[in-house]
Amino acid sequence: MKWQLSAFISGLIFAIGLTVSGMTNPKNIIGFLDVTGDWRPALMFVMMGAILVFATAYRLIVHFFPQPVYDKQYHFSSLTEIDRNLILGSVIFGIGWGLAGFCPGPALTSLGAGAHDALIFTLFMFAGMWLQKIWDAK
Amino acid sequence: MPLEEFKMAFVGGLIIGLASAVLLLFNGRIAGIAGIASRLITFSVKDLMWRLDFVIGLILGGLFLKNILPASFELEPQTPLWMLGLAGLLVGFGSSRGSGCTSGHGVCGISRLSKRSIVATLTFMAAGIATVFLLRQMGAYQ
Repeated sequence: MKWQLSAFISGLIFAIGLTVSGMTNPKNIIGFLDVTGDWRPALMFVMMGAILVFATAYRLIVHFFPQPVYDKQYHFSSLTEIDRNLILGSVIFGIGWGLAGFCPGPALTSLGAGAHDALIFTLFMFAGMWLQKIWDAK
Repeated sequence: MPLEEFKMAFVGGLIIGLASAVLLLFNGRIAGIAGIASRLITFSVKDLMWRLDFVIGLILGGLFLKNILPASFELEPQTPLWMLGLAGLLVGFGSSRGSGCTSGHGVCGISRLSKRSIVATLTFMAAGIATVFLLRQMGAYQ
């Protein structure tokens, strides 16, 4: 199905972007976060490039396409409030990010490249997501 | 060579933006990888498939690229096992609780000028910087 193909291709292009940018190498992430040590600011440019393209594309897409090509509507978050979950979750995420230098996307792409660390990280990442769901359901 | 590194980072970023645009245009979805991955384990078959396809694309991408850009990956174990496990748990738990990660908040949310995403990105960057600072003080990078 076409909507499956487009999601797959998006994932594939995303992986290329992550790999080219250096996001998949935990050393680059740690270097970026190591502002008081051996700081390597390169990853700032990843965000700049990605935001430049997506901020433009987002506006063009929602302006010229009342609905997505293979769906009836766009799926955006309806949350607007800055609440405790957002802050607490982001702090916890940031600590984990700093500990190993992996975030979800690069971990999955590195896993595909056969990185041992990424495999272990990803298994525990899914466990963490699952724990959060159980916690939430209570 | 820092200049080369900056160029690659910027070009990689442009490609990430393009990938996010493709998912929005065709599937109407935000390319927030934590959200896409975490909803793989909800057992609701509805809209499971596009998430799976996207994640398979991410993983196969790595498989294809490891020979082209080997320097982008650390294939040998680098981090102690306990640290990787703990980091994975925190990233999974935190990104689910905070409804986003570097891609969802840091790229897509900021592009849409979402206040939540701007606050989340500043927060997880500060937490990451503090963590690396503490690890450096503890001699983890010697």
